[in-house]
Amino acid sequence: MTETRTPSRRTSSGGRINRETSLNFTFNGKRYQGLAGDTLASALMANGVDVLNASFKYARPRGLVAAGAEEPNAILQLGSTESGQVPNVRATQQALYDGLEAHAVSGWVKSQKDLMSRFLPQVGKLGGKFMPPGFYYKTFMAPASLWMTYEKYIRKAAGLGRSPLENDPDIYDHLHQHTDVLVIGSGPAGLLAALVAARSGARVILCDEQEELGGSLLSMSGDCLDQTLDGQPASEWRDAVLAELAACDDVLLLPRTTANGYHDHNFVTLHERRTEHQADIAPVNSRGARQARSRLHRVRAHRVIMATGAHERPLVYSHNDVPGNMIAGAVTTYLTRFGVAAGDKLVLSVNNDHAYRAALAWKAAGRDVVAIADARSAPSGALVEAARAAGIRIITGAAVIEARGDRRVTGARVAAIDIDGFKVTGEVEELVCDTIASSGGYSPVVHLAAHTGARPVWSDEVHGFLPALGAPMLKGFDACGAANGSFSLEDVLVAAYASGVAAVEACEYPVADTIVPAVSALVEAPMLPLYQVPHDKPTARAPKQFVDLQNDVTAAGIELATREGFESIEHVKRYTAMGFGTDQGKLGNVNGMAVAARCLGQTIPDTGTTVFRPNYTPVTFGAIVGRHCGALFDPMRYTAMQEWHVAQGAKFEDVGQWKRPWYYPQGSEDMHAAVERECLAVREKVGVLDASTLGKIDITGRDAREFLNRIYTNAWAKLAVGKARYGLMCHDDGMVMDDGVTTCLAEDHFLMTTTTGGAAAILEWMELWHQTEWPELDVQMTSVTDHWATLTVTGPEARALVGELTDIDLDRDNFKFMEVREGMIADIPGRIFRISFTGELSYELNVPANYGQYVWETLFAKGEKYGLTPYGTETMHVLRAEKGFIIVGQDTDGSMTPEDLGMQWCVGYNKPYSWIGKRALTRPDTRRDDRKQMIGLIPRRKKAGDERIVLQEGAQIVFDPDHAIPMPMVGHVTSSYYSPTLGHGFALAVVKGGSARIGETVFLPQADGSTLEAEITAPVFYDKKGARQNV
Amino acid sequence: MMHIFCPYCGELREEEEFHAKGQAHIERPIEPEACSDAEWGDYLFFRNNPRGIHHELWIHAVGCRKYFNITRHTVTYEILETYRMGEQPGITAETLAAEQLAQSAAASAASSTTQQTGDARP
Repeated sequence: MTETRTPSRRTSSGGRINRETSLNFTFNGKRYQGLAGDTLASALMANGVDVLNASFKYARPRGLVAAGAEEPNAILQLGSTESGQVPNVRATQQALYDGLEAHAVSGWVKSQKDLMSRFLPQVGKLGGKFMPPGFYYKTFMAPASLWMTYEKYIRKAAGLGRSPLENDPDIYDHLHQHTDVLVIGSGPAGLLAALVAARSGARVILCDEQEELGGSLLSMSGDCLDQTLDGQPASEWRDAVLAELAACDDVLLLPRTTANGYHDHNFVTLHERRTEHQADIAPVNSRGARQARSRLHRVRAHRVIMATGAHERPLVYSHNDVPGNMIAGAVTTYLTRFGVAAGDKLVLSVNNDHAYRAALAWKAAGRDVVAIADARSAPSGALVEAARAAGIRIITGAAVIEARGDRRVTGARVAAIDIDGFKVTGEVEELVCDTIASSGGYSPVVHLAAHTGARPVWSDEVHGFLPALGAPMLKGFDACGAANGSFSLEDVLVAAYASGVAAVEACEYPVADTIVPAVSALVEAPMLPLYQVPHDKPTARAPKQFVDLQNDVTAAGIELATREGFESIEHVKRYTAMGFGTDQGKLGNVNGMAVAARCLGQTIPDTGTTVFRPNYTPVTFGAIVGRHCGALFDPMRYTAMQEWHVAQGAKFEDVGQWKRPWYYPQGSEDMHAAVERECLAVREKVGVLDASTLGKIDITGRDAREFLNRIYTNAWAKLAVGKARYGLMCHDDGMVMDDGVTTCLAEDHFLMTTTTGGAAAILEWMELWHQTEWPELDVQMTSVTDHWATLTVTGPEARALVGELTDIDLDRDNFKFMEVREGMIADIPGRIFRISFTGELSYELNVPANYGQYVWETLFAKGEKYGLTPYGTETMHVLRAEKGFIIVGQDTDGSMTPEDLGMQWCVGYNKPYSWIGKRALTRPDTRRDDRKQMIGLIPRRKKAGDERIVLQEGAQIVFDPDHAIPMPMVGHVTSSYYSPTLGHGFALAVVKGGSARIGETVFLPQADGSTLEAEITAPVFYDKKGARQNV
Repeated sequence: MMHIFCPYCGELREEEEFHAKGQAHIERPIEPEACSDAEWGDYLFFRNNPRGIHHELWIHAVGCRKYFNITRHTVTYEILETYRMGEQPGITAETLAAEQLAQSAAASAASSTTQQTGDARP
């Protein structure tokens, strides 16, 4: 895209820009200059850059249309460095800074050409009648098998801008705010409402998406007959109110802050851009710290006042997308606020008085107003009279029906129109101009009020949607000013005062005296509803009349959608893509509904209402994520021995939030070599595992034992003090949910262990039963997981090694398997549990967590002569699987009963209380013979090397490998390892009716087309009698 | 994100502190073995999914760890009341319907005498 540099469109005076400070910037690699106070949009306009983008679908040249968040075309890519790339920036909302680099987003057109030439060479050229709505669905849905191929290109083609390829160096903050009154929007309504609240002593947050607070007051000017407040020009009144608000202790003023989402119970997310007006990467401050680029304020407000104003609607006429077609209010704003004229010769097409300001400001800037086409037959307001007095030609009962020009407007076709008959009635007059400004009325910015599901309500008075105030989803939510359909300044201020007072009263403050400012008189005549302008050809054959510029949706497209049977506006939107993307229907929504309503011969409210969802404008991922990235993405939990593990070069695995040693490689060992060495060390000598992460719940109370009886599947009535027992927990549907060993420390004191991942949920589960079903039981529970460090010392040499550290008598007859003792361990008071998860002689040492590393190191000091080896979770898995010990969540999936697991020995069928899960075990479904049951698998070894076969965990099992596809799948592998002790691979698996099929062969079809065979065995592979743990 | 009043802490707290635990007032049959399979299945698996008033069990998981009940509107997300375990809801679909009936009766009586202003402000 190359631009011819045209003379500056900057006016000689006026505006809020600083004419002394020029700023350099580039657009598409070309250098330009703007002024401090410019937006990127106003600076581009001042430099005469007309074409900013190619349109989404038809690749038509597009330029600026608006001056605010509703801008549909000027969506640019920003950033001078790779890491500073920001997509989706609206040039109208980006303040100019020195060194800014911007680019058009043109990747789409290239991708689309690529797509077309690849799949539809016969289409030949882009756009036009070849791409009606539904084009993609109709063209690419067949053959269905190719959709995945098409989709890749279509997805790529559908992007606007691109993400940076490097990490973002910026930091983003989240702030939690609580306030009495949150005022969104700082125009006259927002300022007065905030002033009333602040003077009354309420805590107030006032936010506005623009660079400066003031909203519409910032573009008010005597040139366009704009009113005074209390005799002051608007900007002076604004300055005085802001000064007073800024002096209040409990008022937070937030410019450059967009309220992007309104959520349940008056929770509002505000996105404050703190440095984006300075650079694409946040500057470093004087202390060398990088400033936070943005803040996401999470505000809980007692009252929310939405004073977000209104968006002007453009009229829908042919070629209304050619650069130089704008909305009237934007033309005014560029003139009065930024001192830039959009062109030299203006034609205005309107249906209301307010839009005449554009012509007055244009004239005042010394430019030529060719004509105003007013759809009304006898316009009469004060602004109209002022235009007449200035000698501006007004063509009544008429409108611009078509724009001339290609890359810039060169003329306007104006004709008398019959709105009710939807036709052109008079001769078409050709006017020469370079700018066409249109206004079809004003749509209240109701987006936020719709985010919680309250549908906006159509108003025939306002000719727009209003927030559904009073709806239950909008409790404590108010709106005033143009956002609630008050357009005259007097009405706006009266409504804002009332909103402020209502908020103060709701917050129970005395209302302080505030007088609504007196406004100079200005008579405005009513508007005449007009949306799509008739053309001298029917809509389907007229040159394109754009409704949604961002998504290239035309009036003819909507007409086609209704003709194809899409009658609900929601369906029309999905069929045509109207209101999609970053636009969210800001400019085009009401016009689109009006077109659909006309085609269907019904009213706009009959056609539907409109739904808006967060976010109002795009928010960067950085702002959403805040500091929750990198090391702070998720909390990390370490055991007391973490330092030692790290020093030993342990590899870690995540178990919930815990970081657990996975294995301890020595030298160049890979995981398999390390695990084999660790396994053999435990089986032959002694190993130690850091088991501190196991959930530990301390249970006390007179009825603690009865409570365990009800929660666990097995019996606890006779467990003596000092004894431990394995327990299994089910949901009430009979499915296993957790397991662990619980120890009786005293008659009314038990220590329960849970799985590492299940600890918090199990505590909540037990509290549920205690608090809701059995409050009469005297039982208290508390989590002590973090209080104890647990060292599992296991292997034939465990007794000798532990004996060197403790005064507890470890004699096999005095301290038996499944018993607990208290005593000194390395001079630290602790407990030893004689329980085993490896099948070997094991002692679990528990010491207060703060001594964990000390005891661990002491153990290693004594352990060398026994060949003490640390082992991690992977070795633990192999060792326990060799013994057939399940891991809940790995070998179970919420559909396994204790009986499915072959754990009938752990079910107290005769316990007096019908414990949780018991009744479900007699349901017909849990009694089926063909339930999937836990078994062991040993891969069939047919040749040397096959002993290394390890079945894949999750692999599907079939009985008949020759069955036609789809084969009936009868189970899957749950745990699978190579056992250095056994010298071959082995697995735990579930198979339908498996426990009756011991010795049979099953088959495991592999992804590569081959099939593995395995023999069903009992799920215990090593020391089947359990002799080794009892030595 | 909802703002939830914990009836034990006596404060409005952020939803993040709570866990939802499904439909409230599900009582476990006192004698499970006396239940038919169908009755037991109803207790285990069947839950209401109303469009409107719903009584829900919640726990103040990272606060006081107490379970309590919420009467919530599933469309508007209004929380109409929270109450402790063992208490019964003060607001139900039935009481609300009766209230609305009385209100609309009063409104139609009023509208016959005074003209409505059309002001939607609460």
